[in-house]
Amino acid sequence: MVTDLAFWTLAVVAVVAGAAVFIVNSMARATYALAVSFIAVGVVVLLLHQDYIGVVTILMMVMEMAVMAVYMVMYMGMNPALMPMSMVHSNRTALVVSVATFVVLGAGALLVPWPTRRGSPPADTTAALGEALMESKMLVMVVISPVMVATIVAGVVLAAGRGRYQRLGDNLDRIAVEDPQPGGIGR
Amino acid sequence: MPEAVLVSEITTVSAYYALPAAMVLGLLALLAAGLDGVLGVAGSGRGRLSGLTVPWREAARLMRQRDRRPVAADALLWRIGSRGLVPVALLMVTVVPLGRWTLFDSPIGVVWFNAMDVVVWALVWLAGWGPNAVQPLVGGYRFLAQAIGYELPLMFALVAPPIAAGSLRVADVSAAQDGLWFVVWMPVAFAVYCVGVVAFSVWGPLAVSVGPDLAGGVLAETSGVDRLLFLAGRYALLAAGAAFAVPMFLGGGAGPLLPDWAWVAVKAVIVLGGFVGVRRWLPAVRPDKFVEAAWIVLLPLAVAQDLVVAVVAVWRF
Repeated sequence: MVTDLAFWTLAVVAVVAGAAVFIVNSMARATYALAVSFIAVGVVVLLLHQDYIGVVTILMMVMEMAVMAVYMVMYMGMNPALMPMSMVHSNRTALVVSVATFVVLGAGALLVPWPTRRGSPPADTTAALGEALMESKMLVMVVISPVMVATIVAGVVLAAGRGRYQRLGDNLDRIAVEDPQPGGIGR
Repeated sequence: MPEAVLVSEITTVSAYYALPAAMVLGLLALLAAGLDGVLGVAGSGRGRLSGLTVPWREAARLMRQRDRRPVAADALLWRIGSRGLVPVALLMVTVVPLGRWTLFDSPIGVVWFNAMDVVVWALVWLAGWGPNAVQPLVGGYRFLAQAIGYELPLMFALVAPPIAAGSLRVADVSAAQDGLWFVVWMPVAFAVYCVGVVAFSVWGPLAVSVGPDLAGGVLAETSGVDRLLFLAGRYALLAAGAAFAVPMFLGGGAGPLLPDWAWVAVKAVIVLGGFVGVRRWLPAVRPDKFVEAAWIVLLPLAVAQDLVVAVVAVWRF
């Protein structure tokens, strides 16, 4: 009973906060409305006894929204996001796309023959989920991890405005490094 | 895979005990504020103990102060930011066992604590954004810059005790230190954890987002009860961080003579005293300097600590 009530309350909060993202007139409010929506979803996942996934969802999304607010304000360029502004554009296209998406996803949720539960959930759902995701695919995970790290490092290297040759000279032998923003280590 | 080493004996108390738990956290926060007051009056010619009254006098002053409201302030976000720190600290201590009792015996208590400390990112930035004024906004951005520095080392420091215990449940981590406290063989993780707590509490050397060089930064425009709650929230976060260090690194309730709950309290108070003192002992650290130090020094140190702990854990099981 309490769980049902909590689930439906959180579901409504998630949807309303999600809608608020497009209704409010401030970048900060839009960002944190989205954060509230994600937190509600995270707590719903907690209600499903997926503790780890639920809490990590909250952790990641709050952190991501905190950083995203900074980027949204920074990249708003012409229209300074420090002022009130509309959160929507290309209304007609967006409306068509969103209605079509809603219909497809809603039809899928209603029409798919959901399987009935077999067996009962294990005591430690986090470990069970980890094994279900990882156990038979460990080799894939082990291969993908270094590829992902290499991709991130390569992306940073390509995007970085100044590399070590700018900092240390063509022969990497400059003693005194001239950084526009000196760090705390004094390298 | 190592199985959970031992199932610790822990009792989840009824939700009504949230009130006494909140009062204990309040007492710890008050103790921290009083200690800071005592350290603050040193050399001012007034009696040392008069410092103990500082938090009370400041609270009385702020409760009578009129609210100041800058033009076009976003009152909703501002209030959420200023008033949110105390609830976050309260949510943090729900997973800290006081001896045998806990409010929230979560199987992933350590991740819960981590998620709550990330919420501080949002709150401090919102407290800076809300007043629609320059210094608070700059202060809020400073805090995020600093957060980028402290959060990853803190996360990797929090990873070490659960690896050794084979569990993310705080009670299991506490019980796994039977005989040898984690602080003894993972001192680097403990040190990095302490840096993280001081940083997410907007405190001492890492309080530049509310620094005097920025006319108070995030707090430049905050007045009245909102200011009181932000300041109280900083002490509450320090207290929650000190309390969480006890089951994570300091053996939980282990100790001679006294009952286990008393040992938790004693250890928490000692750690808290250290956190409070840091404000007077160390100078402020600029966020741009801190980020590089955090990523080049603290993060590799924390990862190396995790490696050592993981090797020991695998070898032991």
